[in-house]
Amino acid sequence: MVLSANDKSNVKAVFGKIGGQAGDLGGEALERLFITYPQTKTYFPHFDLSHGSAQIKGHGKKVAEALVEAANHIDDIAGALSKLSDLHAQKLRVDPVNFKLLGHCFLVVVAVHFPSLLTPEVHASLDKFVCAVGTVLTAKYR
Amino acid sequence: MVHWSAEEKQLITNIWSKVNVADCGAEALARLLIVYPWTQRFFSSFGNLSSPTAINGNPLVRAHGKKVLTSFGDAVKNLDNIKKCFAQLSKLHCDKLHVDPENFRLLGDILIIVLASHFGKDFTPACQSAWEKMVRVVAHALAHEYH
Repeated sequence: MVLSANDKSNVKAVFGKIGGQAGDLGGEALERLFITYPQTKTYFPHFDLSHGSAQIKGHGKKVAEALVEAANHIDDIAGALSKLSDLHAQKLRVDPVNFKLLGHCFLVVVAVHFPSLLTPEVHASLDKFVCAVGTVLTAKYR
Repeated sequence: MVHWSAEEKQLITNIWSKVNVADCGAEALARLLIVYPWTQRFFSSFGNLSSPTAINGNPLVRAHGKKVLTSFGDAVKNLDNIKKCFAQLSKLHCDKLHVDPENFRLLGDILIIVLASHFGKDFTPACQSAWEKMVRVVAHALAHEYH
Protein backbone atom coordinates (compact mmCIF):
# COMPACT_ATOMS: atom_id res chain seq x y z
CA MET A 1 0.00 0.00 0.00
CA VAL A 2 1.29 3.41 -0.94
CA LEU A 3 0.80 6.55 1.11
CA SER A 4 0.07 9.55 -1.07
CA ALA A 5 1.54 12.97 -0.38
CA ASN A 6 -1.83 13.94 1.11
CA ASP A 7 -1.82 10.86 3.34
CA LYS A 8 1.63 11.72 4.62
CA SER A 9 0.76 15.29 5.41
CA ASN A 10 -2.51 14.21 7.07
CA VAL A 11 -0.67 11.72 9.27
CA LYS A 12 2.04 14.21 10.21
CA ALA A 13 -0.63 16.77 11.09
CA VAL A 14 -2.43 14.29 13.35
CA PHE A 15 0.72 13.36 15.21
CA GLY A 16 1.68 17.02 15.42
CA LYS A 17 -1.63 17.81 17.18
CA ILE A 18 -1.41 14.71 19.40
CA GLY A 19 2.07 15.74 20.47
CA GLY A 20 3.05 14.65 23.95
CA GLN A 21 -0.23 12.84 24.53
CA ALA A 22 0.79 10.02 22.21
CA GLY A 23 1.98 7.85 25.09
CA ASP A 24 -1.35 8.08 26.89
CA LEU A 25 -3.22 7.36 23.69
CA GLY A 26 -1.07 4.29 23.17
CA GLY A 27 -1.90 3.03 26.64
CA GLU A 28 -5.59 3.62 26.11
CA ALA A 29 -5.50 1.89 22.73
CA LEU A 30 -3.91 -1.15 24.34
CA GLU A 31 -6.45 -1.23 27.13
CA ARG A 32 -9.27 -1.03 24.62
CA LEU A 33 -7.61 -3.80 22.62
CA PHE A 34 -7.51 -6.13 25.62
CA ILE A 35 -11.12 -5.45 26.56
CA THR A 36 -12.61 -5.56 23.07
CA TYR A 37 -10.52 -8.47 21.82
CA PRO A 38 -9.68 -10.56 24.90
CA GLN A 39 -7.73 -13.05 22.81
CA THR A 40 -5.02 -10.39 22.43
CA LYS A 41 -4.25 -10.81 26.12
CA THR A 42 -2.69 -14.16 25.30
CA TYR A 43 0.44 -12.27 24.26
CA PHE A 44 0.78 -10.69 27.72
CA PRO A 45 0.44 -13.45 30.30
CA HIS A 46 3.31 -11.79 32.19
CA PHE A 47 1.53 -8.42 32.49
CA ASP A 48 -0.83 -6.98 35.03
CA LEU A 49 -3.70 -6.12 32.69
CA SER A 50 -6.01 -4.47 35.20
CA HIS A 51 -7.31 -0.97 34.50
CA GLY A 52 -4.64 1.68 35.05
CA SER A 53 -1.85 -0.85 35.18
CA ALA A 54 1.60 0.67 35.00
CA GLN A 55 2.64 -2.06 32.58
CA ILE A 56 -0.12 -1.21 30.12
CA LYS A 57 0.78 2.48 30.38
CA GLY A 58 4.45 1.69 29.85
CA HIS A 59 3.85 -0.59 26.94
CA GLY A 60 1.32 1.78 25.40
CA LYS A 61 3.98 4.48 25.49
CA LYS A 62 6.39 2.18 23.65
CA VAL A 63 3.79 1.42 20.97
CA ALA A 64 2.99 5.13 20.58
CA GLU A 65 6.67 6.02 20.31
CA ALA A 66 7.02 3.55 17.45
CA LEU A 67 4.04 5.10 15.68
CA VAL A 68 5.52 8.59 16.17
CA GLU A 69 8.84 7.35 14.82
CA ALA A 70 7.09 5.91 11.78
CA ALA A 71 5.21 9.18 11.23
CA ASN A 72 8.45 11.15 11.52
CA HIS A 73 10.07 8.93 8.89
CA ILE A 74 6.98 8.39 6.83
CA ASP A 75 8.96 8.19 3.58
CA ASP A 76 10.78 5.14 4.88
CA ILE A 77 8.69 3.37 7.51
CA ALA A 78 10.45 0.08 6.79
CA GLY A 79 13.81 1.64 7.53
CA ALA A 80 12.60 3.42 10.63
CA LEU A 81 11.01 0.29 12.10
CA SER A 82 13.52 -2.25 10.82
CA LYS A 83 14.70 -3.34 14.27
CA LEU A 84 11.13 -3.59 15.53
CA SER A 85 10.30 -5.62 12.46
CA ASP A 86 13.15 -8.03 13.30
CA LEU A 87 11.95 -8.27 16.88
CA HIS A 88 8.42 -9.17 15.84
CA ALA A 89 9.58 -11.73 13.29
CA GLN A 90 12.17 -13.46 15.43
CA LYS A 91 10.97 -13.16 18.97
CA LEU A 92 7.44 -11.81 19.47
CA ARG A 93 5.71 -13.42 16.47
CA VAL A 94 2.39 -11.77 17.19
CA ASP A 95 -0.11 -13.13 14.67
CA PRO A 96 -0.54 -10.60 11.84
CA VAL A 97 -4.29 -10.34 12.41
CA ASN A 98 -3.64 -8.49 15.66
CA PHE A 99 -2.01 -5.49 14.03
CA LYS A 100 -5.31 -4.69 12.36
CA LEU A 101 -7.03 -4.92 15.72
CA LEU A 102 -4.57 -2.59 17.45
CA GLY A 103 -4.59 -0.19 14.50
CA HIS A 104 -8.36 -0.05 14.78
CA CYS A 105 -8.18 0.65 18.52
CA PHE A 106 -5.67 3.42 17.93
CA LEU A 107 -8.06 5.06 15.47
CA VAL A 108 -10.85 4.74 18.03
CA VAL A 109 -8.72 6.50 20.62
CA VAL A 110 -7.87 9.33 18.22
CA ALA A 111 -11.58 9.63 17.45
CA VAL A 112 -12.44 9.73 21.14
CA HIS A 113 -9.92 12.41 22.03
CA PHE A 114 -9.56 14.39 18.80
CA PRO A 115 -12.91 14.03 17.00
CA SER A 116 -12.49 17.21 14.98
CA LEU A 117 -9.14 16.01 13.66
CA LEU A 118 -10.54 12.82 12.24
CA THR A 119 -12.27 13.98 9.09
CA PRO A 120 -13.05 11.15 6.64
CA GLU A 121 -9.97 12.02 4.60
CA VAL A 122 -7.71 12.05 7.63
CA HIS A 123 -9.39 8.89 8.86
CA ALA A 124 -8.55 7.18 5.58
CA SER A 125 -4.94 8.38 5.69
CA LEU A 126 -4.47 7.32 9.31
CA ASP A 127 -6.01 3.93 8.59
CA LYS A 128 -3.65 3.43 5.67
CA PHE A 129 -0.78 4.51 7.89
CA VAL A 130 -1.48 2.02 10.69
CA CYS A 131 -1.97 -0.63 8.02
CA ALA A 132 1.42 0.20 6.56
CA VAL A 133 3.02 -0.02 9.99
CA GLY A 134 1.46 -3.45 10.54
CA THR A 135 2.71 -4.60 7.16
CA VAL A 136 6.26 -3.49 8.00
CA LEU A 137 6.18 -5.20 11.38
CA THR A 138 5.09 -8.50 9.83
CA ALA A 139 7.15 -8.18 6.64
CA LYS A 140 9.93 -10.51 7.80
CA TYR A 141 7.65 -13.20 9.24
CA ARG A 142 8.39 -15.52 6.33
CA MET B 1 -26.19 -24.44 18.49
CA VAL B 2 -24.83 -25.17 15.03
CA HIS B 3 -27.21 -26.65 12.51
CA TRP B 4 -25.80 -29.37 10.29
CA SER B 5 -27.76 -30.69 7.37
CA ALA B 6 -27.88 -34.44 6.91
CA GLU B 7 -25.71 -34.02 3.84
CA GLU B 8 -23.10 -32.00 5.73
CA LYS B 9 -22.95 -34.59 8.50
CA GLN B 10 -22.52 -37.33 5.91
CA LEU B 11 -19.77 -35.47 4.07
CA ILE B 12 -17.89 -34.81 7.30
CA THR B 13 -18.14 -38.27 8.81
CA ASN B 14 -17.52 -40.00 5.50
CA ILE B 15 -14.23 -38.18 4.94
CA TRP B 16 -13.25 -38.57 8.57
CA SER B 17 -13.71 -42.33 8.46
CA LYS B 18 -10.98 -42.47 5.81
CA VAL B 19 -8.52 -40.20 7.58
CA ASN B 20 -5.36 -41.63 9.15
CA VAL B 21 -5.38 -39.40 12.21
CA ALA B 22 -1.71 -39.88 13.10
CA ASP B 23 -0.41 -39.12 9.61
CA CYS B 24 -2.87 -36.36 8.82
CA GLY B 25 -2.36 -34.70 12.19
CA ALA B 26 1.41 -34.81 11.87
CA GLU B 27 1.23 -33.35 8.38
CA ALA B 28 -1.22 -30.62 9.36
CA LEU B 29 0.83 -29.46 12.34
CA ALA B 30 4.09 -29.60 10.39
CA ARG B 31 2.55 -27.55 7.59
CA LEU B 32 1.23 -25.01 10.09
CA LEU B 33 4.74 -24.53 11.48
CA ILE B 34 6.24 -24.30 8.00
CA VAL B 35 3.65 -22.17 6.20
CA TYR B 36 3.04 -19.83 9.15
CA PRO B 37 6.40 -19.93 10.92
CA TRP B 38 5.34 -17.52 13.63
CA THR B 39 3.19 -20.31 15.03
CA GLN B 40 6.45 -21.92 16.17
CA ARG B 41 6.32 -19.50 19.10
CA PHE B 42 4.26 -22.04 21.03
CA PHE B 43 6.69 -24.86 20.51
CA SER B 44 10.04 -23.67 21.81
CA SER B 45 10.36 -26.94 23.73
CA PHE B 46 10.04 -29.05 20.59
CA GLY B 47 13.70 -28.92 19.63
CA ASN B 48 14.76 -28.55 16.03
CA LEU B 49 12.25 -26.56 13.96
CA SER B 50 14.89 -24.85 11.87
CA SER B 51 13.80 -26.08 8.44
CA PRO B 52 10.89 -27.85 6.73
CA THR B 53 12.98 -31.05 6.78
CA ALA B 54 13.61 -30.68 10.49
CA ILE B 55 9.95 -29.94 11.19
CA ASN B 56 8.67 -32.84 9.10
CA GLY B 57 11.05 -35.24 10.81
CA ASN B 58 10.52 -33.94 14.32
CA PRO B 59 8.94 -36.69 16.46
CA LEU B 60 7.45 -34.17 18.91
CA VAL B 61 5.68 -32.45 16.04
CA ARG B 62 4.34 -35.80 14.84
CA ALA B 63 3.11 -36.78 18.26
CA HIS B 64 1.49 -33.45 18.96
CA GLY B 65 -0.12 -33.35 15.54
CA LYS B 66 -1.69 -36.71 16.27
CA LYS B 67 -2.92 -35.45 19.63
CA VAL B 68 -4.48 -32.34 18.10
CA LEU B 69 -6.26 -34.24 15.33
CA THR B 70 -7.48 -36.91 17.72
CA SER B 71 -9.19 -34.11 19.62
CA PHE B 72 -10.66 -32.90 16.37
CA GLY B 73 -12.16 -36.36 16.02
CA ASP B 74 -14.09 -35.75 19.24
CA ALA B 75 -15.78 -32.84 17.53
CA VAL B 76 -16.70 -35.07 14.58
CA LYS B 77 -18.29 -37.53 17.01
CA ASN B 78 -20.18 -34.71 18.79
CA LEU B 79 -21.29 -32.48 15.93
CA ASP B 80 -24.37 -31.34 17.82
CA ASN B 81 -22.46 -30.33 20.92
CA ILE B 82 -19.05 -29.06 19.88
CA LYS B 83 -19.00 -26.02 22.20
CA LYS B 84 -19.69 -28.18 25.23
CA CYS B 85 -17.26 -30.82 24.02
CA PHE B 86 -14.42 -28.28 23.80
CA ALA B 87 -15.24 -26.10 26.82
CA GLN B 88 -12.38 -27.48 28.93
CA LEU B 89 -9.92 -27.43 26.04
CA SER B 90 -10.92 -23.84 25.36
CA LYS B 91 -10.18 -22.84 28.94
CA LEU B 92 -6.86 -24.66 28.75
CA HIS B 93 -5.83 -22.84 25.57
CA CYS B 94 -6.75 -19.50 27.10
CA ASP B 95 -5.61 -19.80 30.69
CA LYS B 96 -2.63 -22.12 30.47
CA LEU B 97 -1.40 -22.24 26.89
CA HIS B 98 -2.13 -18.57 26.02
CA VAL B 99 -2.80 -19.43 22.38
CA ASP B 100 -4.21 -16.66 20.16
CA PRO B 101 -7.42 -18.15 18.66
CA GLU B 102 -6.30 -16.94 15.25
CA ASN B 103 -4.07 -20.00 15.31
CA PHE B 104 -7.14 -22.26 15.36
CA ARG B 105 -8.28 -20.61 12.14
CA LEU B 106 -4.84 -21.01 10.61
CA LEU B 107 -4.74 -24.71 11.50
CA GLY B 108 -8.27 -25.15 10.12
CA ASP B 109 -7.13 -23.68 6.79
CA ILE B 110 -4.15 -26.01 6.74
CA LEU B 111 -6.30 -29.04 7.52
CA ILE B 112 -8.57 -28.27 4.58
CA ILE B 113 -5.56 -28.23 2.28
CA VAL B 114 -4.20 -31.47 3.69
CA LEU B 115 -7.58 -33.16 3.20
CA ALA B 116 -7.82 -31.78 -0.32
CA SER B 117 -4.37 -33.10 -1.20
CA HIS B 118 -5.21 -36.54 0.19
CA PHE B 119 -8.70 -36.96 -1.25
CA GLY B 120 -8.27 -35.20 -4.56
CA LYS B 121 -11.48 -35.17 -6.60
CA ASP B 122 -13.36 -36.85 -3.75
CA PHE B 123 -12.92 -33.60 -1.84
CA THR B 124 -15.74 -32.10 -3.85
CA PRO B 125 -16.86 -28.46 -3.49
CA ALA B 126 -19.74 -29.65 -1.32
CA CYS B 127 -17.27 -31.59 0.76
CA GLN B 128 -14.99 -28.61 1.08
CA SER B 129 -17.91 -26.42 2.04
CA ALA B 130 -18.96 -28.78 4.83
CA TRP B 131 -15.40 -29.02 6.08
CA GLU B 132 -14.85 -25.25 5.93
CA LYS B 133 -17.88 -24.97 8.18
CA MET B 134 -16.49 -27.70 10.44
CA VAL B 135 -13.12 -26.07 11.00
CA ARG B 136 -14.81 -22.71 11.56
CA VAL B 137 -17.11 -24.20 14.19
CA VAL B 138 -14.22 -25.97 15.93
CA ALA B 139 -12.13 -22.78 15.98
CA HIS B 140 -15.09 -20.87 17.37
CA ALA B 141 -15.69 -23.49 20.07
CA LEU B 142 -12.04 -23.44 21.10
CA ALA B 143 -12.17 -19.67 21.39
CA HIS B 144 -15.53 -19.65 23.16
CA GLU B 145 -14.30 -19.71 26.76
CA TYR B 146 -11.68 -17.01 26.22
CA HIS B 147 -11.91 -14.08 28.51
